[in-house]
Amino acid sequence: MNVDKLVDAKGLACPMPIVRTKKAMDGLSSGQILEVHATDKGAKNDLTAWAASGGHSLLKHEEEAGVLKFWIQKG
Amino acid sequence: MSEKKTTNIILFSGDYDKAMAAYIIANGAAAYDHDVTIFHTFWGLNALRKDEQIPVQKGFVEKVFSKMMPRGADKMALSKMNFAGFGPKMIKGVIKKHNAMTLPQLVEMAQEQDIKLVACTMTMDLLGLQKEELLDGVEYAGVAAYLADAENGNVNLFI
Repeated sequence: MNVDKLVDAKGLACPMPIVRTKKAMDGLSSGQILEVHATDKGAKNDLTAWAASGGHSLLKHEEEAGVLKFWIQKG
Repeated sequence: MSEKKTTNIILFSGDYDKAMAAYIIANGAAAYDHDVTIFHTFWGLNALRKDEQIPVQKGFVEKVFSKMMPRGADKMALSKMNFAGFGPKMIKGVIKKHNAMTLPQLVEMAQEQDIKLVACTMTMDLLGLQKEELLDGVEYAGVAAYLADAENGNVNLFI
């Protein structure tokens, strides 16, 4: 996957992961892909809902050693 | 009118924890690309106070209010387990431990995210608070301005 930008939100608590993700997404253009790393346990539900509401698509997510990783394509 | 969704929060409470909840929702809503307004009234106005003492002319009752109310977000008390000021010290330690944001940091982030911070002028008069004592960039309005935002709003909260 061609990732255009990476947001490292590891260790950050709510609402920082989505605030950082939003900021990074604003700098991308439609079709580009953002990768987000987070450790906040609410991040999965938060980012899934956030992406859907903003018209972005969550392409993939996985968990690796306690780190939640997301790939979101800008809508 | 913009096509953006709006979130309108009335912050009535002057409690640290309740104000934290209000500001977390507000910052989240801004990340959701909403136009966000926090309308501060009564004790919620204290979240907008500058932390230093500002020399302004006041009557006796207003002076007493100013002394007894917390000067700024950092000095607000908890709604539960305040323990005469020891509770907020503990919660700030826990906030740091979990890498969460303190109330003053949340207020700062709200300003960075262009959240509209409004002070209710009628309650400012009641509590004897003057514009000079509140943060720069705060807007001043009354119930009609709040209703204009809220009647077309998507999220409305009273905290």
